[in-house]
Amino acid sequence: MELSAILLQVLNGLDKGSAYALIALGLTLIFGTLGVVNFAHGALFMIGAFCAVTTQRLLSISTITIDETKTDFLGKPLQIKTPIVESWFGESVGQALIDWSVPLAILLTIPVMLIIGFVMERGLIKHFYKRPHSDQILVTFGLAIVLQELIKAYFGANQIPAPAPSVFIGSFDFGALIGMDAGKLLYPYWRIVYFCFALLIIGLVFAFLQFTTFGMVVRAGMADRETVGLLGIDIDKRFTIMFGIAAAVAGLAGVMYTPINSPSYTFGTDFLVISFVVVVVGGMGSLGGAVLAGFVLGILESFASMRQVIEFIPGINQVVIYLVAIVILLVRPRGLLGRKGVMES
Amino acid sequence: MLGLSRNDFLMLLLVLFLVAAAPILLNPFPEGSSLAQFNAGYPDLMQRFLIFGIFAVGFNILFGLTGYLSFGHAAFLGAGSYAGVWMLKLLTINVIPAILMSTIVAGVFSLLIGYISLRRSGIYFSILTLAFAQMSFALASSVLQPITGGETGLQTNLNDPRILDGANTSGNIPAPSLFGFEMRESIQVPMGDWLWTFNVGYYVCAFVLLIAFYIAIRIFRSPFGMMLKAVKSNNERLSYTGINPRPYTLAAFVISGMYAGLAGGLMVAMDPLAGSERMQWTASGEVVLMTILGGVGTVLGPVIGAGIIKYFENIFSKINDNMLQSWFAFMPDGLESFMVAVVHPFVGKGWHLSLGLMFMLAIIFLPGGLIGGIDSVYRRIFKKRAQ
Amino acid sequence: MSSKNNLLNKPVTRRSVLKASAATATVMAAPMIIPSTAYGYANEPKGAAVTLGFNVPQSGAYADEGADELRAYELAVEHLNGGGDGGMMGTFSSKVLKGNGILGRKVEYVTGDTQTKPDAARASARSMIEKDGAIMITGGSSSGVAVAVQGLCQEAGVIFMAGLTHSNDTTGKDKKANGFRHFFNSYMSGAALAPILGDNYGKDRKAYHLTADYNWGYTTEEAVRTSTEAMGWETVAAVKTPLSQTDFSSYVAPVQASGADVLVLNHYGANMVNSLTSAVQFGLRGAQVNGKSLEIVVPLYSRLMAKGAGENVKGIFGSTNWHWSLTDEGSKAFVRSFGEKYGFPPSQAAHTCYVQTLLYADACERAGSHDPCAVAEALEGFEFDGLGNGPTLYRAEDHQCFKDVLVVKGKENPSSEFDLLEIVEVTPAAQVTYDASIFGGELGSCNSGA
Repeated sequence: MELSAILLQVLNGLDKGSAYALIALGLTLIFGTLGVVNFAHGALFMIGAFCAVTTQRLLSISTITIDETKTDFLGKPLQIKTPIVESWFGESVGQALIDWSVPLAILLTIPVMLIIGFVMERGLIKHFYKRPHSDQILVTFGLAIVLQELIKAYFGANQIPAPAPSVFIGSFDFGALIGMDAGKLLYPYWRIVYFCFALLIIGLVFAFLQFTTFGMVVRAGMADRETVGLLGIDIDKRFTIMFGIAAAVAGLAGVMYTPINSPSYTFGTDFLVISFVVVVVGGMGSLGGAVLAGFVLGILESFASMRQVIEFIPGINQVVIYLVAIVILLVRPRGLLGRKGVMES
Repeated sequence: MLGLSRNDFLMLLLVLFLVAAAPILLNPFPEGSSLAQFNAGYPDLMQRFLIFGIFAVGFNILFGLTGYLSFGHAAFLGAGSYAGVWMLKLLTINVIPAILMSTIVAGVFSLLIGYISLRRSGIYFSILTLAFAQMSFALASSVLQPITGGETGLQTNLNDPRILDGANTSGNIPAPSLFGFEMRESIQVPMGDWLWTFNVGYYVCAFVLLIAFYIAIRIFRSPFGMMLKAVKSNNERLSYTGINPRPYTLAAFVISGMYAGLAGGLMVAMDPLAGSERMQWTASGEVVLMTILGGVGTVLGPVIGAGIIKYFENIFSKINDNMLQSWFAFMPDGLESFMVAVVHPFVGKGWHLSLGLMFMLAIIFLPGGLIGGIDSVYRRIFKKRAQ
Repeated sequence: MSSKNNLLNKPVTRRSVLKASAATATVMAAPMIIPSTAYGYANEPKGAAVTLGFNVPQSGAYADEGADELRAYELAVEHLNGGGDGGMMGTFSSKVLKGNGILGRKVEYVTGDTQTKPDAARASARSMIEKDGAIMITGGSSSGVAVAVQGLCQEAGVIFMAGLTHSNDTTGKDKKANGFRHFFNSYMSGAALAPILGDNYGKDRKAYHLTADYNWGYTTEEAVRTSTEAMGWETVAAVKTPLSQTDFSSYVAPVQASGADVLVLNHYGANMVNSLTSAVQFGLRGAQVNGKSLEIVVPLYSRLMAKGAGENVKGIFGSTNWHWSLTDEGSKAFVRSFGEKYGFPPSQAAHTCYVQTLLYADACERAGSHDPCAVAEALEGFEFDGLGNGPTLYRAEDHQCFKDVLVVKGKENPSSEFDLLEIVEVTPAAQVTYDASIFGGELGSCNSGA
């Protein structure tokens, strides 16, 4: 097998791993800080993705003029739509805005997801801290269904394309960068953007927890909530904020993922189960573990999807993540970087 | 009586009555009335109530007693289903070998998975069971297609061998039966405006459910059940007393796996098809939800939870705008279309929305599921009176 | 409790019994002929109405397609009952439908959710048969569901008119005497596509197949492989992808290095949208391999998929059962009445469902009965025209319709949001007809549930 083929799958794995890692990171924050099993986390990722669709729709709000010379499929005069942004900012700026709607959607996603996170935590999750995990599962699962159905009722069930800005369409000669022959290893621009974006978000979250007083308190709270509470620190308020941040991370993971796969209302469930596996393989309560496991499982999944591997072990591409999870959990009882006593009973 | 306390015996009698009379009780609305849509007394749904009831009762033996939350129980139901269909294809169309084989195969399968998964506890255990089930699902729908029929599912065919049955010359695939009584046969009794359907398959399920339910009560009340509860309340202390809890939890795991297999066997006995999506995590999640919704650790709760979820899936999904219009037809025009517009998002293609809302409302207002909630409401009223 | 002796009957028919008991009054009033036998066949209608069961996906990835099927069914019911402009009833070559329902009975319907799962689809169909007294079940958006529900209808003794199902197996290996399919199949797609691909891309090509790992995927891969290899193409590799796959990057990335210059995506629905999106992202379309430009082919197209994939479909060849831009009288009539009612043109799923309902009603009228066996006999070998696909034959041997197949490609400059596909060629029925025995399976005998 050629080196370029292997490198290609490493890149694919890092890309897949980015999405897994971002979702798992948020899940771990919620597990670790609040002790809540959040089955609605996939739905948050999906809502993030639909922020991109919404932004696209908002920017494309149009005025309708009727062109009498042309007809539509029923033989009636054709309606011509002109986006309002085009008439406001001129055609070129307007079109550029629509073209960049996915990155622009980040501006919408952050506030929307923070608000959803705060409302969710204060309005619902707060009342479930002292309830058994089974109750948390049922209520968050119910919430996930409700969120999905609301999106489906408004946007329909079909996938909605949300393309990347046109400058990012096409591939980047990654091989030439690392000294291979030109054209040997091409990789799509947007997937590289996504990977870098994920690293940035992960870096920001870690820096926030590591270098700010706020983060220090939260980390202390994760380790021993009661003691921190006894010290007179209002840990609840900080945990609410952490929930909002976790929601925002999931939303950002979703919004930037839309050019890679067109979103539909079931977008989140595809990731939910794997993200739980990622979190547990990484080790409960370990943020670093979640990120590490996300990338490791992403890369393994990519390798297992190679034709040469499938021909050797049929079906391996479908089970590799679960198989690896089982082996890791049997060899390392608390996952890669887990601590003792977290969510073990 | 039957080795049960008075209360348990009364509960068993109550279940016996409810199950026997279900074809009448579940059809409260006269045929042809606009509310007849809410009747659930037709064979397919009644069978499903009982089958998923058995599944959930068995799941509760593991989850309710030991606290071990398995996220992979659908794999056992699926394995049981496949075993059942193969019996119907190869051996005989009589359902008894199918049901027995389903239970046995699921038992062996759960012994294997349980033995490995129970090396871990808490969420690590849940993820191990989830991983095994998802692997089973993925393999069943891809490389194991010759055995499982893949996504389309495994069906009985005209040219199956069925070595114990005589040659089939009817040109039709034989229907699963019990010594000549076909599962789909029914007796219909019109009673005034009402119509009651007494179905053979349903009463076969009912018979099995009663036995399964009786065994579950016995397990809950036995020393073995006490031991399992001890595992749940304090695993560590149990080990300090020199008792190794593993054999007990493994036994509970296998028993609940066999219940799942039994449910799978009954499913194919009622309708001889097994699709791979029966093993998917969503199916495993469903039985978890049924149990939690009804009440974890209660004997009756899971059956009720199963009934409610299946009712939503089968009744709410069938309500369409046409029906809404006929319901609200008595109202003035404007109000009618308003009411249709209000109800529309929650029925038909929106039945999932109703289900999700119900999950949330039930668990917010009734901690401990429906049985737990009813129990606490009852106690509150009772206490007030006592004062 | 009333007498049990005469009430033992096989498939449960609920409404029919009620109507029998409440019948006397209505029978006197309504000028109709009621057959004298109590249960001639399953769910025999006794009153002034007949119930059809529309079993379509309302949740999951195909919910929008299911919604479009349901719209078509509602339109068909309206037309059968004499409402609206009559749609294709005016252009249909058989003229027995009068707009007074079916055999004088008003058409009523019940709906259900298949969830695109065989289990759920069968549960839903059973409730229609057992609870609502449906006499015909139709709909669905995948072959797994079609095969499962067809089997159920065979056992219960009602007619199944398949909706969108494209696998060869539905009327091949798994065909049933009570099941009928109007939609085309994988074999026809392969046979229609190959010559067009040969003309456009040449006879010397190397193909790489990505195939969804389920029944439909296999038959489609096989059909396209057989027909392209017969023309001189070479198949470099065929890789199965899991049905639940969403990110296809690791499957499309190695294509270019494999030396293949055509990528065939045997994917439907979300699978196709995602795999095509990935393939285009990786710059496969138009990449230079073996001195040729790499091309992508999608054997089965639908407009909803084209919409989901957006820009990526431009210039990509595929096949389809029907398209709203056809200009024959039948298609125009259907597009007009659908468009007037719902505001947008119908999809191919909507078309096949509408046509199936009409064909069923017509067969009942010609048979003079709702008896499934009589209806089946009326459908077998039935030749008709005017329903949008030109002259069509419902072949008796396998209950498959034979008609022209459309080869389409993604439009470069769409004039509206619906104008996503353009018709490249209408392949005549003769070119896609095959021998009924090649896929095996047996119809068995018709079951009327009596």
